[in-house]
Amino acid sequence: MSAPAGNVLLSVDNVALSFGGVRALSDVSFDVLEGEIRAIIGPNGAGKSSMLNVINGVYHPQQGSVSFRGEARRRMDPHRAAMQGIARTFQNIALFKGMSVLDNIMTGRNLKMRANLLQQALYVGSNRREEIAHREKVERIIDFLQIEHIRKTPVGRLPYGLQKRVELARALAAEPVLLLLDEPMAGMNVEEKQDMCRFILDANDEFGTTIVLIEHDMGVVMDICNRIVVLDYGRKIGDGTPDEIRANQVVIDAYLGVSH
Amino acid sequence: MARPDPSGDGSADTFPGLLLRHARVQGRRTAIREKDLGIWQSWTWSQVANEVRALTCGLAAHGFRKGMNLAIIGDNRPRLYWSFTAAQCLGGVPVPVYQDAVAEEMLFVLENAGIEYAIVEDQEQVDKLLEILPRCPTLKHIFFDDPRGLRHYAQPQLTAYDRLRNAGREFDRGDPGFFERAVGAVRPDDTCVMLYTSGTTGKPKGVCHTHAGFIAAARGDVAFDGFKPSDEVLSYLPMAWVGDHLFSYAQALVAGFTVNCPESSETVLTDLREIGPTYYFAPPRIFENLLTTVMIRMDDASRVKRGLFHFFMGVAKRCGTGILDHKPVRLTDRMLYALGNILIYGPLRNILGMSRVRVAYTGGAAIGPDLYRFYRSIGINLKQLYGQTETGVYVCKQPDGRVKLDTVGPPQPGVQIRIAGNGEVQVKTPAMLKEYYKRPDATAESISADGYFLTGDAGFFDAEGDLKIIDRAADVGRLADGSLFAPQYIENKLKFFPHIKEAVCFGDRRESVCAFVNIDLQAVGNWAEKRRLAYTGYLDLTSRPEVYELIAGCIDQVNADLAADPQLAGSQVRRFLVLHKELDADDDELTRTRKVRRGFVAQKYATLVEALYGGKDVQHVATEVKFEDGRRGILEADIRIRDLARQASGRRAA
Repeated sequence: MSAPAGNVLLSVDNVALSFGGVRALSDVSFDVLEGEIRAIIGPNGAGKSSMLNVINGVYHPQQGSVSFRGEARRRMDPHRAAMQGIARTFQNIALFKGMSVLDNIMTGRNLKMRANLLQQALYVGSNRREEIAHREKVERIIDFLQIEHIRKTPVGRLPYGLQKRVELARALAAEPVLLLLDEPMAGMNVEEKQDMCRFILDANDEFGTTIVLIEHDMGVVMDICNRIVVLDYGRKIGDGTPDEIRANQVVIDAYLGVSH
Repeated sequence: MARPDPSGDGSADTFPGLLLRHARVQGRRTAIREKDLGIWQSWTWSQVANEVRALTCGLAAHGFRKGMNLAIIGDNRPRLYWSFTAAQCLGGVPVPVYQDAVAEEMLFVLENAGIEYAIVEDQEQVDKLLEILPRCPTLKHIFFDDPRGLRHYAQPQLTAYDRLRNAGREFDRGDPGFFERAVGAVRPDDTCVMLYTSGTTGKPKGVCHTHAGFIAAARGDVAFDGFKPSDEVLSYLPMAWVGDHLFSYAQALVAGFTVNCPESSETVLTDLREIGPTYYFAPPRIFENLLTTVMIRMDDASRVKRGLFHFFMGVAKRCGTGILDHKPVRLTDRMLYALGNILIYGPLRNILGMSRVRVAYTGGAAIGPDLYRFYRSIGINLKQLYGQTETGVYVCKQPDGRVKLDTVGPPQPGVQIRIAGNGEVQVKTPAMLKEYYKRPDATAESISADGYFLTGDAGFFDAEGDLKIIDRAADVGRLADGSLFAPQYIENKLKFFPHIKEAVCFGDRRESVCAFVNIDLQAVGNWAEKRRLAYTGYLDLTSRPEVYELIAGCIDQVNADLAADPQLAGSQVRRFLVLHKELDADDDELTRTRKVRRGFVAQKYATLVEALYGGKDVQHVATEVKFEDGRRGILEADIRIRDLARQASGRRAA
């Protein structure tokens, strides 16, 4: 794994988030470099998903700031985050179950479509060309993730592992600068995990997408990530390369445990 | 230039010659298609000729010369098919390698063929070649089609296909006459391809074929079934297999029909439906998988649909094959069949992707009677053929209207077949192999002094002159009265019953044939459940009188079949027993490819064999078994033996 040499893409500074009396995050700071794969790990309830939600604007931190591409943001919501190039997948798959794989991935292109509803309904001229261009992009992603055989299958009929892959496809269809993956391998068998790892590495390599992922499988995390942030009870207790994290006593006590 | 080819067929006795002829005569017709990014992309014959020209020059620019071998590894892709022709244009020999072979298996072929140049599909294959590179120092150039994931590979051996082609275009500009000179130098008796045998017996051997031989085989096939440029095939079987090479390469180049490459190996069924090939080839296992898929979906259909399906399948079973073979059929049946064709058979053929199939072939293994009848009864002209890699699969083929379940048809035009004293089928065919690569000993062993190839299969001609293959010649024996005993033939017939998983027949130098039977736990378990027959496990199930009754019924049918054949009537199964344990590769009773090791089984269960021939009704056995965790245990059982009546000859099972 080569060390990322890029500029800071995203920086999280002293972020604190609480829901009523519950402190989800307190005083968390870290940065994500361009082109790297960054993991957020920690025990259940450590605030990992909350952190992702802060990054893509679902939650607004009471304190601290998030800056993306050097720009600190005031008000943020998921739509604006998506416009800026942040895409994500969810811990519980959030696809349109009744729609085909192809249509689901097409929705990932939504923000890039210029034509209005009427033009799209008539399907003429420039809109036709636009649709064809989008479809081609989507087909490239289908090819990339090797899901040609289920192109026309309704998502609800697919096994879990493939649904996860479709969700990744939809996120990639938006051509994101930063991709947030919330437990991309949860519930998968070994083979599916290996496939997913390969796709994440390939996406990072081929499209230059910067990736932030939450994952519980330490083997996976240590294997594919450049750097790791460790959260525990909403606080950052570790930050560094996989080797540094493995040797970090605080992290071992809180999360990794002794031998494995 | 729209003038017909002035050189006539003269230039068309090599594969490159054939390609150039199609490019001249039917340059605008589609030669090959591939589904990419969800769309079928096509190339015309003249475009293909152009691509091959660039590729040929590219290989020449990289130093590939006459006499070298080019390894081709990957799924069925147009660019890989073009690589065959490009290698041939330079007088080289394409050597397709099974794309799913692991690196170790590839190493043998690459070393044996002295490969310096390889064209591969993608990263997966590149990784395998790089893995064996240190042990295969001859390999100097690896060209890859799909660059994905290979951006950071810095090995000097690697070159992208596009760069190879561009180098070729440049080379071509520098020496415009090179390509024509190269193609002109290719001789019909040059080796055109080297196909490795699967190597079930010993190490794989490279079978060398000549242009003349393989083109003769393809010409014979094309004339036999009347293939035209408008025909379509889907190429989805491994390119390293002689069947695909004959169908998707040689026949396509001879007849000039269109080859379609599927999008990926997982999409074959969908692609089949979209293309609707007119000509189709598959081993029996694929026909079986297709049927299973349909039957599973049928079980989920509504009652009305299921009722219709079963009614009309009954009609088809009664008269479908008769109609297909233009035999006299009752008018009422004809009308019912026509109705069924609209309601059931037509849609079914469409689902299977066989709406337009004019000719379909199967071969390579025995096909089950129910399976065979199913496809033929719904109007698919499924026929059998027989041949080996060494004979270019040009030996026997069933002509239209003369199709029988257990024969493979008469010899094809120009083929001579004789049956040796031990029952072995020996073949002289225009598509005979030139030699085994670097194995003069093996070549001498398998070709007789008078030019017959020794197939190693045992068989005979039936009354109508159709060849019937029964077993490997080495396994065929004689009963005590001298009549023919072909264990595998009987075992295969038994195994076609879903309730029988394995069977082992004995009879060589004995009075009669006796058999061990392994029941299929799932099938017999379901059967028992439906009849509310309680059982505790495999052992219990095998000892049930009802199960013996069921198996006896199956064997009776096989015996009736055997009785109908004068040569095999003597080898009816007279006694059998149901084994108390499944034959298992872990206990060395089966090979890893699930073939029964007959000798070993006979030795291990010698007491049971003696009991079968000694007239006992029950025999106690204690067998050592290995569990999956490596522990050993003893399995004891009392096994019952049952007698069967001899079936009168002349009666045929339904």
